[in-house]
Amino acid sequence: MPFRPGMSFRIEQRREMFRGLLYLSPVLAVAMTVLTGFVLFAAMGHDPVLALYHFGISPLLSLYGVSELLVKAAPLIMIGVGLAVGFRANVWNIGAEGQLTCGAIAAGVVALAFWEQEGVWVLPLMCLAGAFGGMAYAAIPAFLKTRFDVNEILTSLMLTYVATLFLGTLVYGPLKDPAGFNFPQSRMFTESALLPIVLAGTRLHFGAIIALMIAVAVWVLMTFTIIGFQIRVLGQAPAAARYAGFHRKRLIWTCLLMSGGFAGLAGTFEIAGPIGQLIPSITPGYGFTAIIVAFLGRLHPLGIVLSGLVVALSYIGGENAQVEVGLPQAVTGVFQGLLLFFLLASDFLVRYRIRLVGAVAG
Amino acid sequence: MSAESAVLIMLTVISAATPLLFAALGELVVEKSGVLNLGVEGMMLAGAVSGFAVTVTTGSAVLGILCAAAAGALLSLVFGILTLTLAANQVATGLALTIFGIGLSALVGSGFVGVPVVPLPKLAVPGVSDLPVIGPLLFGHDALIYLSILATAGVGWFLTRTRGGMILRAVGESDESAHSIGFSVIRVRYLAVLFGGAMSGLAGAFMSLSHTPMWAEEMTAGRGWIALALVVFSSWRPGRVLLGAYLFGGVTILQLHAQGAGGLGIPAQVLSMLPYLATIAVLTIIAAGPWRGRLDAPACLGKPFRPST
Repeated sequence: MPFRPGMSFRIEQRREMFRGLLYLSPVLAVAMTVLTGFVLFAAMGHDPVLALYHFGISPLLSLYGVSELLVKAAPLIMIGVGLAVGFRANVWNIGAEGQLTCGAIAAGVVALAFWEQEGVWVLPLMCLAGAFGGMAYAAIPAFLKTRFDVNEILTSLMLTYVATLFLGTLVYGPLKDPAGFNFPQSRMFTESALLPIVLAGTRLHFGAIIALMIAVAVWVLMTFTIIGFQIRVLGQAPAAARYAGFHRKRLIWTCLLMSGGFAGLAGTFEIAGPIGQLIPSITPGYGFTAIIVAFLGRLHPLGIVLSGLVVALSYIGGENAQVEVGLPQAVTGVFQGLLLFFLLASDFLVRYRIRLVGAVAG
Repeated sequence: MSAESAVLIMLTVISAATPLLFAALGELVVEKSGVLNLGVEGMMLAGAVSGFAVTVTTGSAVLGILCAAAAGALLSLVFGILTLTLAANQVATGLALTIFGIGLSALVGSGFVGVPVVPLPKLAVPGVSDLPVIGPLLFGHDALIYLSILATAGVGWFLTRTRGGMILRAVGESDESAHSIGFSVIRVRYLAVLFGGAMSGLAGAFMSLSHTPMWAEEMTAGRGWIALALVVFSSWRPGRVLLGAYLFGGVTILQLHAQGAGGLGIPAQVLSMLPYLATIAVLTIIAAGPWRGRLDAPACLGKPFRPST
């Protein structure tokens, strides 16, 4: 219908979701973020083309750059996949950052307990301890939610601050390297506590492969098992889930323990991989960024693999742009926030349509 | 403990409580209209950095405070467009707002780290301000502290005694009925969300201009989230928000003084955990106590609304 004066727009709910747009809207969101970045860089007095080139393209032109992308994507994918399961069931674990930290602490204690000892069992033991540490930490909000109906958003977030402070207590105190000139850091882990490198000359570690395997495993769980089905029903139709007799509390526990465990394992891989010791700050906000990754990947495990790679680019792009054109590192956070804004906005088109309507009695 | 040091401690408690009070009052109004905005932390940071930057550049604290409120409101407008006009998920949008606010404030503030600022002037009343104990406690504060107390009374009066407040609560309790008797649910919620943003901005400005007069990345350190917890603690009543804010201000200052006194052998980091652990404890007590079920959460809290016609 051609536009004529006196006509207006009307917003209508679609009878069915527009499936094509459901998968197109992340692409649209990325495009809008890049466009906004163009304007932002120009406003900050940088050459926008050059800045975007160093942010989004030049990091991918070397093998080392690509390997770094995978190193950063691994924790985002692992955590994002776990969180997405909860988000599907309306369980809002936003304390993955704390669960990651707690997992790293548990794994780090194991690594330091077996310091300078040989043994192929050290690393598996660390992974177990790490996953358990994350799960134990996620169990607190799970218990408070299922027992007392305390909002898990606030408790899991508060626990993140507590975990970071606890890690500080340890590396400033009992776990401090005795030969470390009083720096707040633990001893460097020895060989048996470090993840094997997959690609010689890079930091790409075995954990990246495990992250992919986790994504596939969770996809199978969510698509082909009864638990996956129950989780999806609990989120979309809580009344139906209750009527069908699903154990709501058990599902909440499952969601929180799963996301906590994956976050704890991600923390283990960080300290047993790129970092190699316990330091006061072991994550550049992976636990929070993974929330964006989960949404950008449409809460779908395989989509999250893709979105994890895209969002990982914002980390290494931010670092690269800082070195090459002197952009502040904070640009990374701005881009990540914008990305989620644009995604939520373009999702509107999935559920609603905008129609031109003619004026009644012109 | 001498009366003088007790007064000093009380003053720091008031200072620690004020940002919580501003932010929680704003969020209370937002939630009363049926909207859950989890972006308080991000809006506080936007207020903190813009209040600081404008005050340092122009030399006018009044202009700085106004810009802080405007910055908070501007970010909340983004939240409003997404959740109210585009019916996006409120939890996800609020989280995005916090992540965006942290990044944006760090970006804007990168040139202001370590820059000194003149703290907000104390409004001294000649004569009475010099009285022992009462003088400094009642008459020696800066304007924002008085404003936070006035705002508590104002919000309470507005919600219970005015037509606008009734409409706002009606929209939060039953959006469909409010809509069907002719109130614009979306417009009321926009106004509430903007008010909440401005209050968070003021909370941030108080942080960077009075409580700790400086700018540092993520200087709010979770206070936005504690403010969200305070709204639950208060069971959506302004008077109890005031009580809760001063209680939490007290916990924050208590652990600071314990650290200063040698910490009783407890590491500083462990004492710093106290406000966060106290938040969890309070949320649990509120949810599990004998008064559970009478929490008065607005019935439409967090539910999206689209007028059907």
